[in-house]
Formats: sequence, C-alpha cells, structure tokens
Amino acid sequence: MQWASWSAFFNMGGYAFYVWVSFGLTLLCVVWEVLALRKRSAQALRLSRLLAQE
Amino acid sequence: MKINWFKYSSPQTFYPLAEKMIPWFAWLAAILAVAGLYISFVMAPTDFQQGEAYRIIFVHVPAAWMSMVIYIVMAAWAGLGLALNARLSAMMAQALAPTGAIFTLLALVTGSLWGKPMWGAWWVWDARLTSELILLFLYLGFIALQSSIDDPRRADRAGALLALVGVVNVPIIYFSVKWWNTLHQGSSINMGAAPKMAATMLLGMLLMALAFWMYTVAVALMRVRCIMLERERSADWVKALSLGAKS
Repeated sequence: MQWASWSAFFNMGGYAFYVWVSFGLTLLCVVWEVLALRKRSAQALRLSRLLAQE
Repeated sequence: MKINWFKYSSPQTFYPLAEKMIPWFAWLAAILAVAGLYISFVMAPTDFQQGEAYRIIFVHVPAAWMSMVIYIVMAAWAGLGLALNARLSAMMAQALAPTGAIFTLLALVTGSLWGKPMWGAWWVWDARLTSELILLFLYLGFIALQSSIDDPRRADRAGALLALVGVVNVPIIYFSVKWWNTLHQGSSINMGAAPKMAATMLLGMLLMALAFWMYTVAVALMRVRCIMLERERSADWVKALSLGAKS
C-alpha cells in the first residue's frame, strides 16, 4: 500500500487534476460508448420490426 | 468433401454468435480492469522522478497501443473485404473504426494531461504526437468517407483503400521516438531488451492493455450487430429476427 490516508490517495501527490481527469475521461468514454451502442441496437431492431410488419 | 469455412462469414449466422460472445469479453474486460486498476493505484510504487503523475501511464500507454492495434486490425478486415468481396469483413472494419478513434483521442488527451505537469506544455509538435494526431484524422476520415457514400459496397471499397494507405502511419508512430529527436520519452517496452520499468508497473500496464483489448472486442461485436441490422434491413433474416425479438 502506497498511501498514508484516503486524502493522500485523492491528492495524488499534488497531481490530482491530471491523474483523475485522465482516468475519469477514459471511464466516461467507455460508459458513453456502451450506452450509445445499446440505444443504436434498440433503434435498429425497432426500425426493422416496423419494416417487417409492413 | 466440402467444408463450409465461410459459415460464420454470413451476417445471418454471425449475428447470434456475436451475441453469445459479447458477455464473455465484457466480463473479461471488467475483471482485467479491476485487477489492473488495483495494481495501478495500490501496488505500484511512486515514481522517483515523476511522483504520482506517472500513474497516467496506466491509461495512456494502453490507449495508445490499442489505437495502433485497432487500426491494423481494421485495415486487415477492410483489405480482406476488398480482396474477397466479403461484406462481413467490411462490416467488421466499420465496427472497429469508432472505438479506434476513441482510443486515439484518449491517448492524445491523457498524453496532454501528462505533458502539462511534466513538460510544461499541453501540446508540442513532436513526431510522436503529430503522427498520433494523423492517426485520429485517418480514423475520422475513414468514418466520414464511409458515411458519405450511399451505396454500402462502394463505401466499403473506398474506405478500405483509405484504411490500407493509412497503415503506413502506424510504424511511423511506433518508431517515431527512435527516428527523431522527440520530447516524448522512448518506448517503455522494447522487443529483445529488458523493460526499463519496475515489474509491478509493467504488470499494471499489461493488465490494463488486455482489459482495453477485451473491451474493444466486446464493443466492436456490439457495433457490428447494429451495422448488420441497419445494412440488411430488407433481408428475410432481419425481418424474422426483429419480429421475434422483444422490447
């Protein structure tokens, strides 16, 4: 374990902004991509169902 | 005797197969990411030169690796689609491009967030950074070109040509730190030489890279299923499937 306390962990030796924004943006991209793909898949299925019902 | 090697190369048979594969890759990605993050933030020691800022390496390097790996895989699928006139190969290339672009963007942005405290600049026009930026434009160009051509088979061929020509940029990115005097540091890992970094740091980086890799497979499969539905909307298999599906 490298950290004396939770606040030391969050502070990242003074580089908190750079470290947490890097990891945060990566997480944001992953979450956004998965949600966008789920939406796209549901939309594609809905549209092809409409077409099939005609 | 004729073995049908191309059984899974038709969208109709690949669509349900991909559905079964996605959860496996997604879970693998999640487990590897948890292990990788634990090593990155708990086990890995503080760097003696860069302090804690170096921990950006655990997303930056895997994202940069994936940006190059995905491009090569995408170009290979596109080339296969061009050579064999196989629509599923072209769809795979199309499915990989957005994820590749996202990892390229992440490599650039996390690199910028690392460069600011270490070099004092968000951006420098150094060979490594510039060639990675060109990679982003190649991905975006591929996506834009494909979506600007209405006929999907023509779009596939045009995209494949662009993807194949762009491959030349990948070795330029990889070797840029050797060929030119760059502000960007040299490779952390070299083939045939002992790694210049502590074993725990290396392990964290490799686990994160594997997590990103598995994630890429999962989302590319999700996207290729969407593309199949969208492009084969009038095919009988899509009609039958959509009428049977819930929600």
